[in-house]
Amino acid sequence: MIDIKDILKERILIIDGAMGTMIQRHKLNESDYRGNRFKDWHKDVKGNNDLLSITQPQIITSIHKQYLEAGADIIESNTFSSTSIAQADYDMQSLAYELNIASAKCAREAADEYTQKNPSKPRYVAGAIGPLNKTLSLSPDVNNPGFRAVTFDEVVEAYTEQVKGLVDGGVDLLLIETIFDTLNAKAAIFAIKEFFRKNNMPELPIMISGTITDASGRTLSGQTLEAFYISVVHANPLSIGLNCALGAKEMRPYIEELSSIANCYTSAYPNAGLPNTFGEYDEQPHETAHIIEEWAKEGFVNIVGGCCGTTPDHIKHIAEEMKNCKPRILPTVEIQ
Amino acid sequence: MNTIINPFLRLSGLEPLIIRPETNFVNVGERTNVTGSKKFARLIREGLYEEALSVARQQVESGAQVLDINMDDALLDGVSAMTTFLNLLQAEPDIARIPIMIDSSKFEIIEAGLKCIQGKCIVNSISLKEGEEKFLEQAIICKNFGAAVIVMAFDEVGQADTKERKIEICHRAYQILTQKLGYAPEDIIFDPNIFAIATGIEAHNNYAVDFIEATREIKKLMPLVKVSGGVSNVSFSFRGNDHVREAIHSVFLFHAIKAGMDMGIVNAGQLVVYDEIEPILKQLCENVILNIENDDNSATEKLITFAETVKAKGKETIKDESWRKNSVEKRIEHSLINGITDYIETDTEEARQQYAKPLDVIEGPLMDGMNVVGDLFGAGKMFLPQVVKSARVMKKAVAVLTPFIEQEKEERKINAAKNGLINEEEKGAAKILLATVKGDVHDIGKNIVGVVLGCNGYEIIDLGVMVPADKILSEAMKHKADIIGLSGLITPSLDEMVHIAREMKRLNMDIPLMIGGATTSRMHTAVKISPEYEKGVIHVLDASRSVTVAGNLLNKESKVEFLNELHVEYQKLKESFDNKKSGKQLLSFAAAQNNSLKIDWGSYTPPMPGFTGTKILEDYPLSEIADYIDWQPFFIAWEMHGKFPAILSDDIIGKEATKLYDDARQLLNKIIEEKWLQAKAVVGFWETIKTAPDTLEIISSDSNIQLEFLRQQMKKAAGQPNVSLADFIHPSQKDYIGAFSVTIEGIEKHIKKFEDNLDDYNKIILQALADRLAEAFAELLHKKTRIEYWGYANNENLSNEELISECYSGIRPAPGYPACPDHTEKIKLFQLLGGENTTGIHLTESLAMYPASSVCGWYFAHPESKYFGLGKIDNDQLEDYAKRKKLSLEEMTNWLRPVVE
Repeated sequence: MIDIKDILKERILIIDGAMGTMIQRHKLNESDYRGNRFKDWHKDVKGNNDLLSITQPQIITSIHKQYLEAGADIIESNTFSSTSIAQADYDMQSLAYELNIASAKCAREAADEYTQKNPSKPRYVAGAIGPLNKTLSLSPDVNNPGFRAVTFDEVVEAYTEQVKGLVDGGVDLLLIETIFDTLNAKAAIFAIKEFFRKNNMPELPIMISGTITDASGRTLSGQTLEAFYISVVHANPLSIGLNCALGAKEMRPYIEELSSIANCYTSAYPNAGLPNTFGEYDEQPHETAHIIEEWAKEGFVNIVGGCCGTTPDHIKHIAEEMKNCKPRILPTVEIQ
Repeated sequence: MNTIINPFLRLSGLEPLIIRPETNFVNVGERTNVTGSKKFARLIREGLYEEALSVARQQVESGAQVLDINMDDALLDGVSAMTTFLNLLQAEPDIARIPIMIDSSKFEIIEAGLKCIQGKCIVNSISLKEGEEKFLEQAIICKNFGAAVIVMAFDEVGQADTKERKIEICHRAYQILTQKLGYAPEDIIFDPNIFAIATGIEAHNNYAVDFIEATREIKKLMPLVKVSGGVSNVSFSFRGNDHVREAIHSVFLFHAIKAGMDMGIVNAGQLVVYDEIEPILKQLCENVILNIENDDNSATEKLITFAETVKAKGKETIKDESWRKNSVEKRIEHSLINGITDYIETDTEEARQQYAKPLDVIEGPLMDGMNVVGDLFGAGKMFLPQVVKSARVMKKAVAVLTPFIEQEKEERKINAAKNGLINEEEKGAAKILLATVKGDVHDIGKNIVGVVLGCNGYEIIDLGVMVPADKILSEAMKHKADIIGLSGLITPSLDEMVHIAREMKRLNMDIPLMIGGATTSRMHTAVKISPEYEKGVIHVLDASRSVTVAGNLLNKESKVEFLNELHVEYQKLKESFDNKKSGKQLLSFAAAQNNSLKIDWGSYTPPMPGFTGTKILEDYPLSEIADYIDWQPFFIAWEMHGKFPAILSDDIIGKEATKLYDDARQLLNKIIEEKWLQAKAVVGFWETIKTAPDTLEIISSDSNIQLEFLRQQMKKAAGQPNVSLADFIHPSQKDYIGAFSVTIEGIEKHIKKFEDNLDDYNKIILQALADRLAEAFAELLHKKTRIEYWGYANNENLSNEELISECYSGIRPAPGYPACPDHTEKIKLFQLLGGENTTGIHLTESLAMYPASSVCGWYFAHPESKYFGLGKIDNDQLEDYAKRKKLSLEEMTNWLRPVVE
């Protein structure tokens, strides 16, 4: 397959949109989530979207295909919460490895089908590595700010298992995303680096995507955008970018700043606007696409797509608009 | 355009630190080091981490750009001390904003430190001491954490003391790091060892020169690397004589920095300026450091002799009361800005005696001070709680002056009468009249706006809550108000505001109208209120914006333009609203009812509550309720936005948020201990049967009540239901519904006490706390209902955070809120609960609850029941609903206005 770095020089790549929004449309109930294999599971599992890669793989694959049909070059595996730590909510920590394999395979199958249809537009699978439901920089206990619900070593262990599953399942890239606590992301980077080093394998390209929570311009763990960038750039990533929390409109100043400091490619996949009072996203596909086009034209980005509330229709519109935009040129890194 | 990125050393805490060629010298704070600071060591050993943090804070405040942290002490568990301290430090944004240098000779302590810090740190240090293999192993770990690394000039043979050895070892380490590991050269920092000079041993005399010269060569050979060192070592032989030591440090740094030293571990608070060192001492230091005229230790001897003549000048820190020495005007300003009430009464009295008239004190120093406060607030350098404290100081000062001003007025009147003249008091400050409209009882926001405007020099006439339109307007005319400001929290207040606007037009008034409060919006103001009154209607989002708006409205020059612009803006909003309206797709009511939420009732038996009828909880312990407080809305009331508890450590507002939180906690404790407030609740459950898709009949011995619900009518995506609360009740079998009310009583006399004491700050805290207690009580009661009274979730075990984020099963929607926006159903709810006498809550004509700190709602138990927003409804449902409720269409439309159009 063509090296993704070569395509990134030529055009802006499209990453897919929300998985959760699409799963919701299927109106699945508890027994759908359980499938036959977990019909007697001792805890409710409805809402464990990653589990669907095992119990309803046809649904996950079909969502991937809808995004590929819409024009996505990169699709994300359905593994946002596929770590032993996040799965503990459902008492499914022992399934973490298997979930990653299963999800990677769903995405692999769909991507390969579309690459075969049109080899000049190769499709890539990014193994999605989510932020965890426990954080390393913040205390969940107000009265004890020094307390941590989880240790760095535990987080590294969980991510290592996830990375192994994703690699064994055949992903092309590793995407650490929705980073609201940089230390969690550093644990993921640590896990990835050590995994490839210890197994003596060539590293897969790493994509990093942080989350600026609001107009303060900071991550939830308090870092400014540039501080965040400096804290993770040692991963030597393929791309650094932003996703979630903000709509395309609100994301603009941050992606502009990032494009001026990042020595690698930049990515941005915003939400479909800000949620309305009922927590729903109203921004229409052409609206999102139009705003992204505005900043793509300024040369801020190399990879774009959608996060919460976006649909294949959003991705289709974005992909259409990007055809007329040139990718950001990598900065020159001076060596004195 | 091609961006260029330079290979600078980039570090980060919460904020970036980029070391550019022009950075000159980076101070690394050294006091958080157990080997170097006795005080810090003691604090850590005794586990006094809070105080230890203050040592770190002091370093940052005195200019440290990086913080060196060292826990190498034989009596300490270094790994655990490092972890504990760093985790605590992360919660202090004023410290965590700068990068950390993790300092240890034990690599396991360094690793423990790296695991706690999200930013890019410096590791201090690794070396070739134990051979290349070990060095590589440690360097890989540092690299995987993304840390910059200090490499000591130390190899298998020993520590490098000569210039040549220093250069040789550093260069060898550089080759290994960059070639074998791909370490970025700019992430490598060398420490070529600073050793003590002037020890009396001649072999040591050239140590400073060796360091300086090695630095020069290292930078020439490897231009991207950095050079660092522990500066205080150099003067070790003069310990106990800080005066001389500081001079040696300054002189040493002066030369080392010129040679290329980039950073150093120094006590940032204790560095004399090179140019300010007394000439004799400077010269002696130069000779010793540069090893000039030092045969037979002669330069050293001279410095030692000099040192003995200098008595270490004791430096003591006292609480800074120096501002008390300033002029009375400056003192008043200081008190106002810092919210200090201790001296304001005496200072004001002093000023009164100096000025010709008491009014001059207000118009002079007091207003000047408040203007500074207003400017700082406008510039985002002060926050609301501080401003309210300033206002408290101002009020106390004015209270001192008022009797004198009154007396003067009286005298003028008498004099005027004597001379047969009519005394016309000159027009003073612009007047703004504020009121919460009829039927509404909420006034925290309005009080805050009043304080903020008061701080900006306006005279505030506050009519309080539940003020009828005619009173607002007649008072405005009587006082010749320049602006009217209306506030409201519940939806019926919106109509009341429209009504007041209409009245203002009818009465031919021409002063502008400001609109504010939780339920108001720019859109509603533009679409509904503004068209009713042409002389200016402005929606004001929060207190901080009220100042600019008032300023614009009262400035004759800007007023016209401001109102014109506003008019255009509101016109546009209205047009876009009208256009949108036609685009909204609504289903027919019948189709919406057909598309109800389909719950699988087959496997579900409605759980029976432990009792039917009502249960009353009187004087419930506040201490228990307090545990359930959600603090976030408390801060929002103070216009401090952010997640709790993160807000306490926010970079910008964290400090003030913490002060506010401490003050609130203190008052809360007082409220609990001295039983200022009483919490009362009524909870009830009844059998119910669904008699129509949106109608429930309550089966009860003494009444026959029909509850009516509204159903979403927006066109939904395929498979999405049009929900009504009635969908959560069994369609054919007997089911149950619950209701509750909670109220916090007894606030009035305490509010009065604060008002009498001119203390708006505590008054607003008290009001906000009472609201929080009511909400917390509702949360607690809901939990008791789930676990005990209704008992359908008796093995639930949720933390307060989980409760706040509604992780539980079942809901408690309140009439008047998104899922059931009809306030009039509240009448039935209170009838079921036993009315005003039982609940202690009075319903106003707009169906607001008094006391304001009250909450009510229905209980639904079904696990699929969830909160939703009704959205807009169409006329067909409105007509049907009015018929079901036996109300005229007009009356029903009035109550449901926000959802019918």
